[in-house]
Amino acid sequence: MTLDIDDARTVAMPSVQPPAAGRRRGARRFLRRLPVMIGLAILVIIVAYPLIWMLLGSFKTQSEFLSEPFWALPQQWNLDNYIEAFVDGGLGTYIRNSVIAVFPSIILIVLFGTAAGFALEVMVWRGRGVVLLMFLAGIMIPVQMILLPLFTIYFRLHLTGTLWPLIITYVAIGMPLTVFMMATYFRSVPREVFEAATIDGANIYRLFWSIGMPLVRNAIFTVALVQFFFIWNDLLVALTFVNTQDLRTIQVGLLNFTGQYGAIDYGPMFAGIAVNVVGTLILYLFLNQQVMKGLTAGSVKG
Amino acid sequence: MQRMLGDWRAVAVLLGPALTVYSVVMLVPIFWSTGYTMFDGNAIRGFEFVGFDNFIRFFQDPTAWQTVGFTIRYALVLTILQVACGYGLALLYVFYLKRGGALIRTLVFFPVILPTVAVALLFSRMFEAAPAVGPINSIIMFLGGENVDWFGQSGSSFWVIILMDLWRSMGFYAVLLYAGVVEIPDELIESARIDGASGWRLIRSIVVPLSLPVLLSALIFSINGTLKVFDTIVALTNGGPGTSTTPLTVYMFRTSFSFGEYGYGSTVAFMLTLLCLLVTLFIFNSTRRDLTKG
Repeated sequence: MTLDIDDARTVAMPSVQPPAAGRRRGARRFLRRLPVMIGLAILVIIVAYPLIWMLLGSFKTQSEFLSEPFWALPQQWNLDNYIEAFVDGGLGTYIRNSVIAVFPSIILIVLFGTAAGFALEVMVWRGRGVVLLMFLAGIMIPVQMILLPLFTIYFRLHLTGTLWPLIITYVAIGMPLTVFMMATYFRSVPREVFEAATIDGANIYRLFWSIGMPLVRNAIFTVALVQFFFIWNDLLVALTFVNTQDLRTIQVGLLNFTGQYGAIDYGPMFAGIAVNVVGTLILYLFLNQQVMKGLTAGSVKG
Repeated sequence: MQRMLGDWRAVAVLLGPALTVYSVVMLVPIFWSTGYTMFDGNAIRGFEFVGFDNFIRFFQDPTAWQTVGFTIRYALVLTILQVACGYGLALLYVFYLKRGGALIRTLVFFPVILPTVAVALLFSRMFEAAPAVGPINSIIMFLGGENVDWFGQSGSSFWVIILMDLWRSMGFYAVLLYAGVVEIPDELIESARIDGASGWRLIRSIVVPLSLPVLLSALIFSINGTLKVFDTIVALTNGGPGTSTTPLTVYMFRTSFSFGEYGYGSTVAFMLTLLCLLVTLFIFNSTRRDLTKG
């Protein structure tokens, strides 16, 4: 499924208007479009308002939360809440743990997944259909199904207490979708490209590394992005395999932000949410077309 | 050429790492976990073979049935709303927004990529009743209503969860379905217009049937995702009040890791997997029949 995000349609537009009737029809068209405009405005408010409220909240003090109405602006725009979230809340540690767990996982997922996609789609051997189907089946399996055995294995291998259980599990969970997507992308590469390279004397590894990989470079980027959002936002795996505070990822850390102080400390909590949300938003703003294409492509195939 | 592409050693080298990780960390645990359903105990206490007792216990466990009920209710309600709202937005994008739509699409897609935990914490504060009064209750009180304890009853908790998930996901389904609607050839819609079809009739008779395949994949994707809901609920209500908003996933997590009952936890996980497979197969089957009919 390809997405033509920029494909504009002119279906509902009346084709040609005589200039004389233009103004009256313009007014009528404005009235006709008014409900849609109002609807759009409401839509924008619904989407944006919680985020604005969060940003304002991250600057408020505890007493402002408890006594001022929610629409009041913060009295002071200082970064105290953010400092507290990082210093007392350990937000920095959580972010570091997430980075350590997520990026190696993505590199391995992409590397293994692309190689497997190449072997399953470009190479010709008996049984590849069955193997592809086997990977595909993994998409439907809930992660809960594999947690307990993995917990036992990691415990026996003395991996608990490190971030390895997260990395290993993420790589495995990422495999089905990645392999399937990469196989699909390789399908669209013309066979002749590989044939020409072979005639020029490339062996199979060179064919994969110097011809195949660069050809699907954009696809690799898309897959990496999709996996980044899945893994960065994961709570289940991180919650299962991380049992010490200094190994918590950002999601687990944020979940426990309240418990630490007993009562809810609103300001730092909102600051923690804001750091998490704004970081993701910046990435999204730079790459929004790619993210939309990637996530929807990944889902249709899932 | 053919010999090189059929080289078994190269297949092993390229496919090996992926297949090994996938087999060792996913396939083996799936069978291992299925084996656990026949046992009682855990890794530390030791295991005891109990046969089908765990399944019998599952069918007699009122909490288990409650979680199954919640999971199905949640998946059905959210799937219908997600796909309906997404489809409405997709039609809006295609027929009303045209060129200016990219900005709105980008904005409405925003929440999709936000971390669930952050969004859930945000929403739990928005609907808060005490000690701080959240925006929703403030507005209700401003309009003359009473301060509502949204997370105090199962009914209102359920709808807050649904609302939040709808907020998070409608942009995603909108873009997904937009891709399907935008692929309908212009000529078809144009000729239907000339034949006098417009508005609701145009959508029902032309647009919906022609975008049926993508609607169905959205449906399958949605039901599969909603049956596995976990993050949202852990962060928003933590299954409460009581166990009234506990889905199977959270129930499995609790039995396994809070109470250390690996056998029963695996049984719950097994039932969840079974549910996912059955529902997907069911939709897949019924849609195939519909497609050949239409």
